Amino acid sequence: MSKSPEILLPALGVTGIVLGAVAVFSARNYEDAEVAALQGRIAQIETRIDEATGAAATAREEADAETARATALEARVSEIQAATAERGTGGLSLTAPAPQRGDGYGLGRTALDEEIAAWDVDVLPDGRGLPEGRGDVFTGEEKFAEACASCHGDFAEGVGNWPVLAGGFDTLARKDPVKTVGSYWPYLSTVWDYVHRSMPFGQAQTLSDDDVYAIVAYILYSNDLVDEEFELSHENFGDVEMYNADGFVVDDRPEREYSAWRLDPCMENCKESVSITMRSTFLDVTPEDGGESVMNDASTGDGPVFSAEPAQDATAGTEASASDDAMIEAGERVFRKCKACHQIGEGAKNRSGPLLTGVTGRTFGAVDGFKYSDAFEEAATEGRNWTEEEMVAFLENPKEHMPGTRMSFPGLKDDADIAAVIAYLKSFDG
Amino acid sequence: MNRKLTNTSRRAFLRGSAAMAAGGLAGAAGANGADPLITETQDWAIYTGAGVDETPYGLPIRFEEDVVRRNVEWLTASPISSINFTPIHALDGTITPQGCAFERHHSGAIELSKQDYRLMINGLVDTPLVFDYSDIERFPRENHVYFCECAANTGMEWAGAQLNGVQFTHGMIHNMEYTGVPLRTLLNEAGLGAAGDLADKWVYVEGADASSNGRSIPMEKALDDVLVAFKANGEALRMEHGYPVRLVVPGWEGNMWVKWLRRIEVTDMAVGSREETSKYTDVYEDGIARKWTWVMDAKSVITSPSPQSPIGHGHGPMVISGLAWSGHGQITRVDVSKDGGMSWETARLGKQGDSKALTRFYLDTTWSGEEMLLQSRAMDETGYVQPTKTQLREQRGENSVYHNNCIQTWYVNAEGVAENVEVS
Repeated sequence: MSKSPEILLPALGVTGIVLGAVAVFSARNYEDAEVAALQGRIAQIETRIDEATGAAATAREEADAETARATALEARVSEIQAATAERGTGGLSLTAPAPQRGDGYGLGRTALDEEIAAWDVDVLPDGRGLPEGRGDVFTGEEKFAEACASCHGDFAEGVGNWPVLAGGFDTLARKDPVKTVGSYWPYLSTVWDYVHRSMPFGQAQTLSDDDVYAIVAYILYSNDLVDEEFELSHENFGDVEMYNADGFVVDDRPEREYSAWRLDPCMENCKESVSITMRSTFLDVTPEDGGESVMNDASTGDGPVFSAEPAQDATAGTEASASDDAMIEAGERVFRKCKACHQIGEGAKNRSGPLLTGVTGRTFGAVDGFKYSDAFEEAATEGRNWTEEEMVAFLENPKEHMPGTRMSFPGLKDDADIAAVIAYLKSFDG
Repeated sequence: MNRKLTNTSRRAFLRGSAAMAAGGLAGAAGANGADPLITETQDWAIYTGAGVDETPYGLPIRFEEDVVRRNVEWLTASPISSINFTPIHALDGTITPQGCAFERHHSGAIELSKQDYRLMINGLVDTPLVFDYSDIERFPRENHVYFCECAANTGMEWAGAQLNGVQFTHGMIHNMEYTGVPLRTLLNEAGLGAAGDLADKWVYVEGADASSNGRSIPMEKALDDVLVAFKANGEALRMEHGYPVRLVVPGWEGNMWVKWLRRIEVTDMAVGSREETSKYTDVYEDGIARKWTWVMDAKSVITSPSPQSPIGHGHGPMVISGLAWSGHGQITRVDVSKDGGMSWETARLGKQGDSKALTRFYLDTTWSGEEMLLQSRAMDETGYVQPTKTQLREQRGENSVYHNNCIQTWYVNAEGVAENVEVS
């Protein structure tokens, strides 16, 4: 179509500003393009201000308005440029942005009213878009039997894997909810719109408007939403209340999940042990010779059990009493107090404290690569070992037992905690 | 004959035969003396091969005939309204070849020629417009790589380990380089002055096929990074992906990527179409459904080894490989666990920096025949950490169907055979 700038520019002036405001969220690579487009707009406006200035008095007001608009656009340009500068380059491998001409490209042609009427048939939840028409339950039942029942069943109960359209009430909060027009769909407009545009499957858009009203009336009747005398029309459309109209809330993952799951993930000792709790239901999903998927015979008991204890202790582990396991588990909880400075287990490294894997019986100050205090260096030369007594004494009051230690931990007050954490430390021996 | 051989070897892989796990084919030949493939002159070194025009448009060599999309018939009522799965267990890198990129149709894939193609923009615009195909190619265009993931990917696994193969658990995804015009450019062409304040406006997009699939997209997203695309991986879109023009909605669920795009309508409310109310909404344990759950959260999966790609070599060096992606932006880190999540190692990212696109990761490691419970865990640029299945179920229950981005576990046994499992 041909566009005359005189007609479109004023409208686009407003659009440009609003587009700019929305584009705060836009991807970084579009910013240059947008700045260029906005600067083009400013230039255009300035030309018009020059033309208007010195012309008739009425043009003065127009010029003032244009000046304000140009100022707003200039502010937007600086805003985008500042945001870009703040973010820096970041080493992103994005393609060069496409330019966007503020006044459009003059491509395409104006859509005709009858073209829009042919394609724009969607119906909004408030009923806008509905054509005039009507159909009753009785007619709907007949039409449904002809056009819909081969897949959805005579009573909208569904055939095979095809959708069930009726029933399923009070199933949404239980296992395998039955989501039907009655139990689940929030808007009647959706039913009308979908039947009208997309059904019957394989013969879409062949039903008359009255047939659609009738079929929708029958689906409502199948769901006990209306009685058998009911006639649905564009006039009473808004009176029908869907059961699950209030059953939807807007995506709340940001509040429920994102804040909780944006945490530094655990890398070591994240679980005590791991075993298989369920094996694949199907083994060979698409067998080479066709036919049904092959079910899996294996049971969870056939799988391995991974444990925080070393593999060679596996036998000992099974013999160990339940109370030992409980003790180690309790010790792991106590060890949380130590974790800020000490690591233990596979892959453990020295942090601000030495790694503690295999500490039992080890010589004091013996971990390679850790810079010990003089107190520990001295103990090392004396050949002192981490016996159970030494551990208990140190854990009760580190600074008293090892004067000069850099460990700032004040010690464990509870004897049970000390015993538990020692059991936990020992569980990594081997 | 060759087909039979290939089938046999596939079965051997699936069953994890001892021969495959014993030590690799080249190694075995070496142990038995000189390799005849080297010492004897082979046919292909004597006779000539295929001429240049034998296949004007090339297909993969016949030895790769197993690397195809697969459909699980019993999942849906009819293949006309169904989905198949990308063979991600057999691919590497990040770009999905179009020919094996998953398909999802609601009323079948249609043949719509460029000559017959029309795109209408109407609703709250200054001038409703109709474009033909050649108009679309005259607007300034951009190239971007984006993943497209069906909201139902991994959906069968909510209630437990179901399908034994990463193709089936995670194959409703593909990743292509799209060429297209920003939707913003087309909206600007029609003019948004008539829409007034854009903050509460929507863009309803609709396909030309018999399902007339339509979705409402908030204006903020429509003006951000949505593309009206006509090329993928350098060539025309395939019929099954919406030839000649489809919508690309980066980072958001695949159902919104309307194929055979025929109409864009600016509206003042969400249309509430069938696909955004009765489908693609997430019912939580309390029976309340979540709507407008558009973003695909960070997710990853190990593609090899996996049930369809068992360890086919002996002990020693091994590459664990997989894919990670996030609808929120870039993948910044992927960790891999061999012990079901007790301990983790950080994997190497193949190429960093792509936003809302697949990222390949590798863990170059050693296997000594030990049993493994393999897992991968993705992190994205927002700091989001891919959750465990337990974490997801605690939030949503088991009936969500859509948006399952849980950590996947493969149990690899001493023979190198992998199986889909759940762990404590």
